[in-house]
Amino acid sequence: MSRELAVEVHGVTKRFPRRTGGWPWRPRRHEVALHPIDLELAAGTTIGVIGPNGSGKSTLVRIISTLLLPDSGWARVFGHDVVDEARVVRRHVNRVSVEAAFFKELSAWENLLYAARLYNTPVPGLRARVEELLGRFGLRRSFIDRPLRQLSRGQQQKVAIARSLLTAPSLLLMDEPTTGLDPRSKREVQEMIDIMRSEREVTIVVCTHDMAEAESLCERVLLMDRGRVLADGTPSELGSLEKLFFERAGRAMEDADFDGEKAKEAEEVRAAC
Amino acid sequence: MLNLALGGEARALLGFIERQKNLVRRYWAWEFVWLLYNVVNVLSVGFLGDGLGRIDSHVSLAVLHRTQLYLLVGSLLWGYLGMVFVEIAYAIDTERWEGTIEYTFMAPMRRITHLSGICLFSIVYGFLRSLLVFLIAIFMFHLDLASANPLSAAVVMLASIIPLVGMGVIASVLPLVSPEKGQQMTMVLEGAILLVSGVYYPISVLPLPLQVLGRIMPLTYTLDGTRAAIVYGAPLGRVLPDVAVLIVMGVLLVPIGLWIFGRAEHRAKRLGLLKRSG
Repeated sequence: MSRELAVEVHGVTKRFPRRTGGWPWRPRRHEVALHPIDLELAAGTTIGVIGPNGSGKSTLVRIISTLLLPDSGWARVFGHDVVDEARVVRRHVNRVSVEAAFFKELSAWENLLYAARLYNTPVPGLRARVEELLGRFGLRRSFIDRPLRQLSRGQQQKVAIARSLLTAPSLLLMDEPTTGLDPRSKREVQEMIDIMRSEREVTIVVCTHDMAEAESLCERVLLMDRGRVLADGTPSELGSLEKLFFERAGRAMEDADFDGEKAKEAEEVRAAC
Repeated sequence: MLNLALGGEARALLGFIERQKNLVRRYWAWEFVWLLYNVVNVLSVGFLGDGLGRIDSHVSLAVLHRTQLYLLVGSLLWGYLGMVFVEIAYAIDTERWEGTIEYTFMAPMRRITHLSGICLFSIVYGFLRSLLVFLIAIFMFHLDLASANPLSAAVVMLASIIPLVGMGVIASVLPLVSPEKGQQMTMVLEGAILLVSGVYYPISVLPLPLQVLGRIMPLTYTLDGTRAAIVYGAPLGRVLPDVAVLIVMGVLLVPIGLWIFGRAEHRAKRLGLLKRSG
């Protein structure tokens, strides 16, 4: 029996203009973030998107979540076009990014209440639900009224995941949710993703650099580099992802990450000039 | 279905107002400093009015009081507009700084709801603070408001809310376009409005091109109507032309503001300017 499609991507490309000098008349070049990409993700599955910095993972996630416009091609979420029916798509989608974006001076409760109002989530009983949810993630009740800047990164990331769950998305896009976390927080966040999958029908896309994480969490893995999909299959079909990446990309994942980071830094310096 | 959608938008609107209120509460000490700055500005203008009598002793007390009130109304409304602009620009700037703007743009509500929530909070909060500054000015300068017409003043202020929302939406584009310089750029916009809107002088003293610009600024009509009500005690009928112009301007400025913001949002999404990192 064929499953409903949560995400369809067809011929989507994206490139960004970058200035190359320090003056207003400096020439522009275009950096390709996504080469034409085709993709179908079945509803209710967990898909890992693995690739080094600059591989196009975040660009893909941002296009699906209506935060970026594709240069060409189209993308649909549960049959709705991400450009023409953006508001309908937004009802289905939520996203957890690498950096837990919050009003850091506000408490977890104030931030979550704000998110609930934006998504028309019923407010009566919300406080109890938030307490229960954060409690399951190991956050004590006293944390709920503290300004978020007083919480560690791992704790903030848990609140970010709780925020995404409150809005009951059908498609959850997790853009490097465990990057930069200490091993314990990382394990706890991974456990939370597991709990989430077991409790409700939700399609989860997890972008990560961590091959072991993708192998343990995901039913299907996309291996990406330089805006292209190098491989697509189940973890058992693909075997060792590091080896596969080296074979297909012609370089080790670590080196690719280092190159991506260097390119990002150079870009930031250029932008600041 | 429509009721459900409207209910969702209303709850989102409440969410923005509540968020802004919570942010003000968290930064209450800075808000207090900002209030002091407003008081200092208005008092300076009040003392300027007092000083006119010392510069020219032939000016009658009645004229002096009227001049002082004229200047104070200008200063108060100027402070009010400044507060509204700063609050709106700051709201967008904070969202960009904290990285939450992507989450706001991902939420399933209309942009008008987002921007109206921020603007309405700024307008109400700015009004309450300006009222407090006004009360301090009344106390400091023993202002005689016996002949003022509060009803006319209230109607003018109410009518000015809609065009102010439109102007606020236009101002909020600046921090969206540039997180680094946008908030400061709203001050440039304020400066231009200060010059042409007759905050401290009738716009008839301006060169003709600036008078034309002044005529298309809502603040000109807010000042005209409010001054007429507070300084000269104008009845409601006298301020209705100003009220009518403000309503027409509001009807035009809100969609214009939303269109400009929509273009800026489209550009940011095309060029990938919304993200802070990652």
